Amino acid sequence: MIRQEDLREDILNGELTNLFRWFLGLPEDSLSPFPGLMAAGVAVGMLVGFVALSAVFFIWLERKVAGRIQDRLGPTRVGGKFGWLQTIADGIKLLVKEDLIPRDADHILFRLGPYIAFCGAFCAFIALPFAQGWTAYGTGTGAFAIGVFFILAVMSTEVFGIILAGYGSGSKWSLFGGMREAAQMVGYEIPMSLCVLVPVIVAGSMDLGKISANQAGWFWEWYVFRDPFTFVAFWTYFTCATAACKRAPFDLAEAESELVAGFHTEYSGLRWSFFFMAEYAAMFAVSGVAVLLFGGGWHLGLPVWTLVGLSPELSQVLNWPSNVLNIGNAINAGVFIVKCWVLVFVQIWVRWTLPRLRIDQVMMTCIKYLLPISCFLMLGVSLWEVFARPYLGDYFKFVLAGLVLISIIITAMRVFTTPMKLPTPGIDAPWGPRIPAEFTIKRS
Amino acid sequence: MNFFLFAAETNLLQTDITLHHYLLLGAILFVCGIVCMATKRNAIGVLMGVELVLNGATVNFVSFAHFNPTFDIEGQIFALFVIVMAAAEAAIALAIVLNFYNNHFTVDVDAAEELKG
Amino acid sequence: MTLHAALFYILATVTAISAIGVAVTSNIVRAATWLLFALASTAGIYFLLGADFLGATQLIVYVGGTMILVVFGVMLTASGPFVNMKVGAAEWAISLAVGLLLYSVLAIVLLQIEPPSRNIPPNHTLLPSKHIGAALLGSSSSTPEAKVTGLRGGQFIPRTRVSYLLPFEIISVHLLVVLIGAAYLARAKRRREDVA
Repeated sequence: MIRQEDLREDILNGELTNLFRWFLGLPEDSLSPFPGLMAAGVAVGMLVGFVALSAVFFIWLERKVAGRIQDRLGPTRVGGKFGWLQTIADGIKLLVKEDLIPRDADHILFRLGPYIAFCGAFCAFIALPFAQGWTAYGTGTGAFAIGVFFILAVMSTEVFGIILAGYGSGSKWSLFGGMREAAQMVGYEIPMSLCVLVPVIVAGSMDLGKISANQAGWFWEWYVFRDPFTFVAFWTYFTCATAACKRAPFDLAEAESELVAGFHTEYSGLRWSFFFMAEYAAMFAVSGVAVLLFGGGWHLGLPVWTLVGLSPELSQVLNWPSNVLNIGNAINAGVFIVKCWVLVFVQIWVRWTLPRLRIDQVMMTCIKYLLPISCFLMLGVSLWEVFARPYLGDYFKFVLAGLVLISIIITAMRVFTTPMKLPTPGIDAPWGPRIPAEFTIKRS
Repeated sequence: MNFFLFAAETNLLQTDITLHHYLLLGAILFVCGIVCMATKRNAIGVLMGVELVLNGATVNFVSFAHFNPTFDIEGQIFALFVIVMAAAEAAIALAIVLNFYNNHFTVDVDAAEELKG
Repeated sequence: MTLHAALFYILATVTAISAIGVAVTSNIVRAATWLLFALASTAGIYFLLGADFLGATQLIVYVGGTMILVVFGVMLTASGPFVNMKVGAAEWAISLAVGLLLYSVLAIVLLQIEPPSRNIPPNHTLLPSKHIGAALLGSSSSTPEAKVTGLRGGQFIPRTRVSYLLPFEIISVHLLVVLIGAAYLARAKRRREDVA
């Protein structure tokens, strides 16, 4: 995964590598591989720690959101009023659970499946920039030139682990889950890749850092507002990404009403939790790609410092203590992570709101609707860039951003001004039209 | 002298990686593919052998592209063509295998002997 | 030993062991898993050589597409769980001998190849992916206008600039034909007993 060029420029001469070189007592010009390998190990450790911690947070969030949507409280006991430590308790339970391997399973493939699935999801983080130049691979100025393509490629290897798990379990339900997952993933990758190409065409680069840097400034610079095609491409991408993470309403691989638990029916304990680490890591990764391609990346969208004539990049405004490791970058990374959390929250929200589709409906949604839509978007954005932009200039984004902002404000006002009451007869519910009296709870 | 310095400066693996290293790796992939094609009875196993052979060829293309800067575009483009062709070949081969399975209820290549004289 | 050499030896060992695993194992899904590791570490070799675009293409086409297709094929054609097709010891001995012979012939020939250019700078990387795209779209200026090196006797001949628009188009049409042909071949048909 490491190019010779980057080795010479970054890992071999990076600050971390120099630290390890000093620690091992090697001279400055030593070509020994050990300091570089140790620095890479530290980078991997940091990323794994981040993925694991965000999985812990997302599992808590998922239970809490599911609870609120189903009119429950969710976890309340472990770790204070909000059940903060519920996931840790669950993890301890999973660790001490009996580790079962069915008699009919193919032992090697059964053990291998979860790790391949997790590797596929985790490798996407190698090319994900958290802020200007904050990438695991290709730090500094020389970022990964084909970053988004690389992420799509490694995310597509995740499905192999799930197929292996489904096949290796030696169970019908697992096999059905694995085959469904294979068919679904191979299908949904195509519209997802075509939607990713839309902002790539606009930016003229596959480098995620460059695409994000292009969207610096006010929020109407974000690619989602740039033209009608990118606006639709964002929603299409997000739908395909939800399906690619096998989240509801597309979670046919583990449909518990039909297949017991799908591909992970036979798993228990730590190996089972690896599948969930993989799922939450993939959710964060696809949300990160969506944020970087469409949602302005690590930019807040409100650069008040440009009004006083400073650079639109926060990392150039607050470049202390050094060029790469500066306070502006840290704030940007925080903004990026919060934006990703918002998109992950939307995925959780969708999961507990919409019912699961049937497998034929899932495949039909992909082939009959999403695929033609994404082909049309790719064609349309190319034509827009060539023919419409010379006449319209950059003004369309103000219209689109303004409309979206106004609709958000109206929705928010409606939510906060409508009285939140039980749907008793005669009173409007906050989200919908008047509920007929025969559907509401009769109170004596 | 510490171990890391010793390991770095020992003569055992001091030589830089040359074209020959990559070509020998490509040859390993090629030979494994040939052996796989020769020994596997399962038609899909034979297909996997073909994939390995093509990968060996691709490794050679890319390493020549790396070590001969005149041809670095050619090496990458031919390798891309090989990958695309391999995907097309796998699709057709699997379609044929499925057809064969539908007719003979097996994927043993030794069972395909109807045209034997 | 440099970091590049260390990474090469790690990746090459994984690739070689996985390739031997594909040839040796008799369980077809395990062979597919070994093949997955072989293909993924070959992609790692491409990254090491500086061909990022090619490595990612290898991952997305082979690992994400072809391998899934192959496993799908195994599942559709398996007559029982965990198919095993054993091969006799005599066949093994013959194929091992032939394989070793072939490898030694290849190695002898390969080691006689003179490296085209001995002074490759250590941080040399391949041209970025936009040059590949330009060459595929017919821009002949993306191929370098250098002299051909690496010929026997050390002479130089000027090379012409070429573009790859026609091969690209042929491959596109070829893929379309393959798509239709595979769909036609693999479509659901009545089995024999239904006909009889």
